[in-house]
Amino acid sequence: MSNQSVSSRPTGLQYFLYKSAKALKTPTPYLAFLGITLWLVAYYLLCEQWRIFPFYKVPGPVEVITEWINKDPIWGTSMFTEDYYINIWVSCRRIFIAFAIATGLGVPLGLFMGWSQKFKDYAFPILELLRPIPILAWVPLAIVMFAGFETPIIYLATLASFFVTALNTMLGVESIDESYFRAAGCLGSKKHHIFLNVVVPGALPYIFTGLQISIGVAWFSLVAAEMISGDYGLGYMIMDSYMVNKYTTMVMAMLTLGFVGWITSAMVRSAGDRMMQWRERALGQGGV
Amino acid sequence: MTQSSKKENGGILKKIFSDLTFKRGIASILIFLILWEIGFRFHEWFGIMVPFVGKIDAPTLVVARWREVVLQPGYWESWYLSFGRVFFGFLVAQVIGIPFGLAMAVNKNFRGLFFPPFEILRPIPPLAWVPASIIFWPTTELSIMFVTFLGAFYTVVINVLGGARSIDIQYLRAAQSMGATRWDLFRKIILPGTLPSIFIGAAVGMGITWEVVLAAEMISGGGQQSGGGLGFFIWSSYMGGVMDQVIVGMISIGLAGYISSSLIRYLGHISMPWRRMF
Amino acid sequence: MSVGNNIAPSKGAISIRNVTKVYDPGGANVMAVDDCSLEIAAGEVCMIVGPSGCGKTTLLNAIAGFHSITEGQIDLDGEMLCGPGKQLATQGADRVVVFQNGALFPWKTLADNVAYGPVVQGLMSKADAREKAMTMLAEAGLDGVADKFPGEVSSGMARRAEIVRALINDPKVLLLDEPYRAMDALTKSIMHESLLEVYDRTKVTIFFITHDLEEAIFLGDRVVVMTTRPAKTKKIVDVKINRPRDYRLLSSEEFRVLVQETKEAVHEEAVKAFEAGERELA
Repeated sequence: MSNQSVSSRPTGLQYFLYKSAKALKTPTPYLAFLGITLWLVAYYLLCEQWRIFPFYKVPGPVEVITEWINKDPIWGTSMFTEDYYINIWVSCRRIFIAFAIATGLGVPLGLFMGWSQKFKDYAFPILELLRPIPILAWVPLAIVMFAGFETPIIYLATLASFFVTALNTMLGVESIDESYFRAAGCLGSKKHHIFLNVVVPGALPYIFTGLQISIGVAWFSLVAAEMISGDYGLGYMIMDSYMVNKYTTMVMAMLTLGFVGWITSAMVRSAGDRMMQWRERALGQGGV
Repeated sequence: MTQSSKKENGGILKKIFSDLTFKRGIASILIFLILWEIGFRFHEWFGIMVPFVGKIDAPTLVVARWREVVLQPGYWESWYLSFGRVFFGFLVAQVIGIPFGLAMAVNKNFRGLFFPPFEILRPIPPLAWVPASIIFWPTTELSIMFVTFLGAFYTVVINVLGGARSIDIQYLRAAQSMGATRWDLFRKIILPGTLPSIFIGAAVGMGITWEVVLAAEMISGGGQQSGGGLGFFIWSSYMGGVMDQVIVGMISIGLAGYISSSLIRYLGHISMPWRRMF
Repeated sequence: MSVGNNIAPSKGAISIRNVTKVYDPGGANVMAVDDCSLEIAAGEVCMIVGPSGCGKTTLLNAIAGFHSITEGQIDLDGEMLCGPGKQLATQGADRVVVFQNGALFPWKTLADNVAYGPVVQGLMSKADAREKAMTMLAEAGLDGVADKFPGEVSSGMARRAEIVRALINDPKVLLLDEPYRAMDALTKSIMHESLLEVYDRTKVTIFFITHDLEEAIFLGDRVVVMTTRPAKTKKIVDVKINRPRDYRLLSSEEFRVLVQETKEAVHEEAVKAFEAGERELA
């Protein structure tokens, strides 16, 4: 009876191939392809070919891509130049630091707020008082509080990410079904057992949803901060190239930003999927 | 034990309990303000500068500045301008976003066609569009509106899509078995069923809208013809070195944001009476 | 399967004396239980039936230590669980609960779930607990799925695993709160046989809440019928049928007579509850 379960579970690759084959039989991927192509064509026609007002002021896809793959770019930046990668690296590094601090502070805070009414009574009001203030309103204060360029920028991204993470974590703990707490209790758990075996795993799905939102928010704040007061970074690159009318570089920076943002989001999501194996398998059974 | 099982223990306790929560909150905020005040005054009293907090003007100074500022018409004009931009951009995002989201939810082909480009552009933060927007639109005001619109638009669409797709299919089947047409289904089941998500999307979108308006005012305003607004208020206070006024501005914006979110929540509350039982 | 087990049960006698429970959801004083008294012998299978929302779960919650009582006293083997001066019983592994919608930790495998109790109580090392868990799961026919997560197995398997999770702690009392409520009749009958087999082996005291009369009589030594809210003992039906029992009992004459006897009492209360139309306390 026990050897059956091992051999009948499909391997990751088999599963992937099966799903891909199945997907190709539906109209979805073809429509997606068509949709993206249509959009690209419209973009090209409006900006480069027909040159209607005001679209002609914006560089079209062909212009941008040509510049991007150009070994000796007209405007100075392409995938072959060093500064392109420096900017990407600087922004990514800031995001990693901000996200790490925000998560490291936000998750424990959220867990305790959800877990202990007393703690929440003291901590939550302060949080709710500071949260409505938009992150960018902190810019002047951040510049005054912290020396240099780097710290205020990271501070802003951290702040934004922190609020989202803490709140979602707290809500996650509060959403855990009471039965699990009771079950753990009647099995003889002490408080720290309940924290480690019920609170943390129970809140994990909500924590990761929060983390996906929070990394998006971190990027949002980072870009804004870089645009206002930066040196290096993708936000700065956008602003700087705009200032000197290097519009093609500007669009390149925007698209790179979108791409990098998407990758970091996917990284968070897949980290979550790995940590929550039990969900993946259950969903696999139930299907949607 | 969790908070909820503590609450069950006796009805009389619950009243004192919520009072306790309130009292703790007040105590907590007071301690926060006091520490802040001390942090700033430390330099005056002892000559040592407390890191970070030491440079932020104390609550007492902020309050004093506020009483001055409230009497100036320019301050209220900023409120008016910012609110106007937020309101307008937000409205446009709803007007375009809700039908777009519903269309994607209801029609598979529409979604298949439009969702991928939407998803590809979504990771680009709205503020990254500011320069492009300024190039594209003839006036600064329009370019700010566009960016504001973008910020809220994504949120609204995602929420509407999620909400519409999560409507229990049994409601649809029940209606069909009673003879509903496609239009009936849309108007009587899908629309009301999506309302909660529309309002959630609106509340979140409102927060983003404020961020974007603020940023736009700080980036592109800063002294130009169509400047003004609370973002500009903060920025110019900073440029003038009047830090306590900066804090006044921060709190004002926080308040404004809170008011607009509450408005949305209230609207949601009255338009969805069936949720009142909770 | 052991037939004619001669273990004399010596633990798990519950004494419920004049228990009243009043609570206050949103300002309206609700009396869930009113001066209820009940004596449960060690090793007895005591079934509690009554209309939905009548407060039967409140009694279970009081014994388990999830809720407090307002008046009265509950003893376990002569020692006070809760009563004057201590209105809330301490939760403990001597009275383990099996929940209505299943409360296996979704993030642990079945084996880890079962091993949980002994490990957190410090009674066994992780490795030993796991070994014992595997053995017990095998006894229950679940060794093939021991390393799966609750979300991957059927509800019948999950519920059985939950019972194993309770039993590994050698509890005095097994508290079951309508555990088979959400199952279809076929799965239910398998659950019944499985529970009877477990009982025959261990003779643990069972406190079982249900609204299914036939289930109550099939499984129980005594069936206690409760009134609508506030709950009081209305009628006690003794089920003097020998063990081990099997499904053939369901079509026997004596079974039918017992069902009829109980049904009249329950029906009266069910009508009252229906007419009162109140939202279920759950």
